[in-house]
Amino acid sequence: MTSAVSLGPDTRANDYHAWPDARGRFGEYGGRYVPETLMPLVLELGEAYAAAKADPVFQAEVAECLRTYVGRPSPLHLATRLSEHLGGGRVYFKREDLNHTGAHKINNCVGQILLARRMGKTRIIAETGAGQHGVATATVCALFGLPCVVYMGAVDVERQAPNVLRMELLGAEVRPVTSGSATLKDAMNEALRDWVANVEDTYYLIGSAAGPHPYPAMVRDFQTVIGTEARAQVLEAEGRLPNAIVACVGGGSNAIGLFHPFLDDEAVKIYGVEASGEGMQGRHAAALNGGRPGVLHGNRTYLLQDKDGQITEAHSISAGLDYPGIGPEHAWLHDVGRVSYLTATDAEALTAFRLCSRLEGIIPALESAHALARLPEIVQAAGPSGVVVLNMSGRGDKDLAAVAAMGDQAR
Amino acid sequence: MSGRIEARFAQLRGEGRAGFVAYVMAGDPDFERSKEILLGLPAAGADVIELGIPFSDPMADGPAIQRGALRALAAGTNLQRIFDLLREFRRQDAATPVVLMGYLNPLLSMGYREFARAAADAGADGVIMVDCPPEEADPLADALDAQGLALIRLATPTTDAARLAVVARRTRGFVYYVSVAGVTGGKAVDAVAVAPQVERVRAASGLPVAVGFGIRTPQQAAAVAKVADAAVVGSALVDAVAGALEAGEDPAAAVRRTASDLAAAVRTSRREAVHG
Ligand SMILES: Cc1ncc(COP(=O)(O)O)c(C=O)c1O
Repeated sequence: MTSAVSLGPDTRANDYHAWPDARGRFGEYGGRYVPETLMPLVLELGEAYAAAKADPVFQAEVAECLRTYVGRPSPLHLATRLSEHLGGGRVYFKREDLNHTGAHKINNCVGQILLARRMGKTRIIAETGAGQHGVATATVCALFGLPCVVYMGAVDVERQAPNVLRMELLGAEVRPVTSGSATLKDAMNEALRDWVANVEDTYYLIGSAAGPHPYPAMVRDFQTVIGTEARAQVLEAEGRLPNAIVACVGGGSNAIGLFHPFLDDEAVKIYGVEASGEGMQGRHAAALNGGRPGVLHGNRTYLLQDKDGQITEAHSISAGLDYPGIGPEHAWLHDVGRVSYLTATDAEALTAFRLCSRLEGIIPALESAHALARLPEIVQAAGPSGVVVLNMSGRGDKDLAAVAAMGDQAR
Repeated sequence: MSGRIEARFAQLRGEGRAGFVAYVMAGDPDFERSKEILLGLPAAGADVIELGIPFSDPMADGPAIQRGALRALAAGTNLQRIFDLLREFRRQDAATPVVLMGYLNPLLSMGYREFARAAADAGADGVIMVDCPPEEADPLADALDAQGLALIRLATPTTDAARLAVVARRTRGFVYYVSVAGVTGGKAVDAVAVAPQVERVRAASGLPVAVGFGIRTPQQAAAVAKVADAAVVGSALVDAVAGALEAGEDPAAAVRRTASDLAAAVRTSRREAVHG
């Protein structure tokens, strides 16, 4: 891309921490494309978050909750048998699957619920795909005694049934969404409609590094605990930085959380893995590899769309990756070339799911299995003494029914 | 620039009444029947037409307009077809302002400049973009300005005095006051609460104010027409299309009936206020 894209507010080409700018932009991506009704709320949220971010009391509150409730820091596990299977090198898993509620999603929920309380909001809404963000939101709402409504595509309600039960048990109301493709993007539309209609008391707790500014930056900030810990842990274990790090990318929150603290380490190769579903010629969910820039859900980013600018339905076996867009910071990191965005198909993810379960005794989330699926190439590129850190973004208990339904393919 | 919006509001002021703005979805349920619906609107009493651009993910719309958009998209509607539709309309009606209303992505996909050129060429007068707040609007406003098209802004119950100045900047034609915090076809308008808001927006913008989002019935339209420069009705007309399709009836006739009742209520509302 042109230098205009890569030069930041302070014009240092490689200052990855200077973004977003005051308008909420990462290069030409991001922004605040919301209806006027929401604009004052989004601006208010931006101010409230900036104040909280600068407040050591707030930061301490978040850190304490992550430690005593979520169970942080999460361990860095050396996947010995998998590394051997892959023919050398050392692969580490950052164990976000061991967090309370079983995925990285809770890191962000803790930060945002404490912010919502600080802002005096009394009702929480959220969208969810796999149900992991819905469960994490329902969990923190139970913890702080706030009413919670979770919008979930009707298709996902079906394929992630255990998470629906969990949310209900936690006291949340799950509202199935039947419009459109009845998956994550439609759940997000419905949550935005709820917010437009309930501007007085409602806090919209977005689950990925997407949506209008300040969400992409705020969710990233709350998830960077992953990368900050992983960087210190791998330095401790290896005495050096890894050759490569890798994460799956849906909206992009677990990935940006791992990546961000490594962006300035130019020697560290960074890989995101998008879901290519049936393959890039068929139905898929790879916005960067198969889409083009546009505006949806409050930000400018890469989107799956037809020639007329209508959003097309994404497809992935993994509900958490089944989204036609991607967070705007990833769009920018893609354009400037700092991160390489690869893809994994449904079938590849299933194979990796099975392999990881047998070799490491860890049943990964189908989302995380997409990152696992690209390990062979990444490990090979890193060489026999290479060190690779993979973000194990979640555990796979929620996916057992979906995998069983795939029958022999998964066995 | 066409000047049709300014001329129409001047005419309404002269007649001492508010305008009736009819929103219909372009291409709903298909090109031919949408054309018939559109052509019937001026005779039914529409003073201004808002022509919806269907979008797959209309985040500020309720179920009625969502379904209308899906019907239009299923029939193959895109911006080219909408311009064709508008050209057909202009062959019969040179005076009624037509404002295109929708979401940004189809315009971005075509390119703002190409969109503005083609829209002006087809006979559009203005554009309302629901997901394009003033902070993001400059590139679009530049493209529309170059073709003499008005970028009509939205003000809402959450727009405070400081923001109203931002909203009023670079707006032309009229301001659309969204009467309720909610999606289209949701909560009902409270005309009493709306009156001071309309004054506020008028004073800040120096432009006529059309009020919409919570108006379904002739009674509601009449109440709003007493205090605003125009009353906008959308979901009720799009629902008329849906109802007719379900009943196997003619959607154009159903829209004409619904629009006539609403227009009559708007036209006579201030007269009733004076005489009765
Ligand atoms: C375990 C897990 N990993 C990854 C994702 C994808 O989201 P993101 O790209 O925001 O990390 C999800 C989403 O539900 C998830 O549950």
